[in-house]
Amino acid sequence: MAKADMLGESLWDAYSNKVTTLMNNPQHQGELFEAEVEERGHKLIVADFGAESCGDAVRLYWEIDPKTDTIVNSKFKSFGCGTAIASSDVMTELCIGKTVQEAVKITNIDVEMALRDTPDVPAVPPQKMHCSVMAYDVIKKAAGLYMGVDAESFESEIIVCECARVSLGTLQEVIKLNDLKTIEQITDYTKAGGFCKSCIKPGGHEEREYYLVDILADTRREMDEEKMKAAADAGSSGNFETMTLVQQIKAVDAVVDENVRQFLVMDGGNMEVIDIKKGDDYIDIYIRYLGACNGCSSSSAGTLYAIEATLKEKLSSKIRVLPI
Amino acid sequence: MQVYLDNNATTMCDPLVVEVMQPFFSEMYGNPNSLHKFGSSTHPALSHAIDQVYTALNAADKDDIVFTSCATESNNWVLKSVWIDHIVNGDKNHIVTTEVEHPSVLATCKFLEEQGVKVTYLPVNNQGVVEAHTVRSFITEKTALVSVMWASNETGMISPIDEIGQICKEKGVLFHSDGVQAVGKIPVDLQATHVDFVSFSAHKFHGPKGIGGLYIKDSQELTPLLHGGEHMGGRRSGTLNVPYIVGMGKAIELATANIEETMAKIRAKRDRLEDALVELSDTFVVGDRENRTPNTILISIKGVEGEGMLWDLNNGQIGASTGSACASADLEANTVMLAIGADNELAHTGIRLSLSRFTTDAEIDYTISHFKGAVARLRAISSSFAIQKPTKGGSVQECELHHH
Repeated sequence: MAKADMLGESLWDAYSNKVTTLMNNPQHQGELFEAEVEERGHKLIVADFGAESCGDAVRLYWEIDPKTDTIVNSKFKSFGCGTAIASSDVMTELCIGKTVQEAVKITNIDVEMALRDTPDVPAVPPQKMHCSVMAYDVIKKAAGLYMGVDAESFESEIIVCECARVSLGTLQEVIKLNDLKTIEQITDYTKAGGFCKSCIKPGGHEEREYYLVDILADTRREMDEEKMKAAADAGSSGNFETMTLVQQIKAVDAVVDENVRQFLVMDGGNMEVIDIKKGDDYIDIYIRYLGACNGCSSSSAGTLYAIEATLKEKLSSKIRVLPI
Repeated sequence: MQVYLDNNATTMCDPLVVEVMQPFFSEMYGNPNSLHKFGSSTHPALSHAIDQVYTALNAADKDDIVFTSCATESNNWVLKSVWIDHIVNGDKNHIVTTEVEHPSVLATCKFLEEQGVKVTYLPVNNQGVVEAHTVRSFITEKTALVSVMWASNETGMISPIDEIGQICKEKGVLFHSDGVQAVGKIPVDLQATHVDFVSFSAHKFHGPKGIGGLYIKDSQELTPLLHGGEHMGGRRSGTLNVPYIVGMGKAIELATANIEETMAKIRAKRDRLEDALVELSDTFVVGDRENRTPNTILISIKGVEGEGMLWDLNNGQIGASTGSACASADLEANTVMLAIGADNELAHTGIRLSLSRFTTDAEIDYTISHFKGAVARLRAISSSFAIQKPTKGGSVQECELHHH
């Protein structure tokens, strides 16, 4: 909040002239009918997206030349606000003359850019960006119907913020690379969540599959785990003598698990690490024998020697193993 | 021609009101609390304004009517101070209100819930009105306050305030009513109806913005919201807004003198407009006319999205609303329409038209003609009326994306 926010912006004043003009007089509003399209030897595809109960609905009509997969004509019908109607109109315009395969590549960003009066001024205020997303979704649906595939198959990555078209992968990467801690930071870095805000958390304008709050929490948790793992890796590959006590105990356990324990268990015994004391010349590892090892004559001779030799070799030559 | 049909959001300040306010800006500008003549010279006008407000609401002399900055302040004051007096410093813990209150009540209740207060939001019937027996059944021994709006800003529907007042009196529970849409539009008689607190606002009845009031029955206890000097008997601090109080006095007098006659005139125009609009197919108006403020129509038009309709009306120089003006920037479905059980589809097609005593017959004629033209244009674009069916697999059964 600041001076600029003290008086909310007038919604309609933020629309570009193109949005206003097309809302008042849409160029491609209307219908195409199966009979006339087939008469021309073409195929009609009609796809719906949204519903009146959502507050926005669009029906897209494509007349396709099946020989070339080219969209030779296109119309739309829309139940929606000015932005929805203007977006649908521009979307229809962008489809005409393209092949179905090309049309699928049209995004809501293309639709919004086409509605701008000047390239660097947004055509609609942030909370209206989602209206252009519907135009993009209905194209995928129409293409899916024509090609006989699921509309989802045109999406190669998971889009979390539809308005700014930010993918899950991008978000995770940006959070990690920049050590982002808040939703505001994510919006600053990626624009995700800066428009209709539906993707920030549940309860917004639209229900979403992924929410920024969850992605942030999950990614932060992953980062913490990675950090810990990195510390542990650094410890075990590094110098045993400079490790923390916890790391040393883990390192000893790891070596014992790997090289020693199985032989003890085979004979019905076992061992546990009790403590580690660091001196100037020696590192004393106190162990206790369990089960059959307890009282076995070898436990203070051969076995003990083997354990100590292994730990010396794997971890540090300063190690002495002391059974208690 | 331009036509203003958003009088439930705010009204034109009557030029007669502006005229009586005028001297109190640069001529009689003294502080009424000052001892000198600059201050005391404002007293006759203030005293007259107080008389005008008491008379208009038929308040008794033992009652208080405190001037506030707006009804939002009045609503906040009642809810927060009842919380302080009877919940924080008392043995109650519960407030009863409805789902269709103004945001200044609902948002304050949400705030109080965060403070640990239990709040019951009562549902409304298909007329958009809470029923008295519903209120009765939710009052418990722990209930500190019942708050029910006198008339709805969105539908104009009038709540059974007399009955709810009797129930609260019987149960010994405080009763507050947000009277913003009732005062100046329909008769409000505070000696005939049992209400402990009533909020109202001058700009809804052709007075200036920035002045409202709170009626407090029998001058009963209510901790101040604003502490400071001993203004208004210590009930509400802040230098008295002399020109605005004088203006509100004049405005409430103009609105309530001959109110039956004024209501009948407005209603005749409203009914004519409503009759003409419902001639359109697939439309319906929320709530029975007999139980509605005489100036209000909330109409649903199938296949025409609310904001799109406002756009076309605005192009025709007609100012209307999709619902509460306070909520119109967030573009969500009309909450009252959802509350009365209209399906989601209709909740996006509500248009509110609210007249005033200044609305003319010529304006009604113009509105009917332009409104019908706008519906025809938008229905021609609308997918709801498209003929060619979607390709197999291309239809949408229900709302897939947005859930409200």
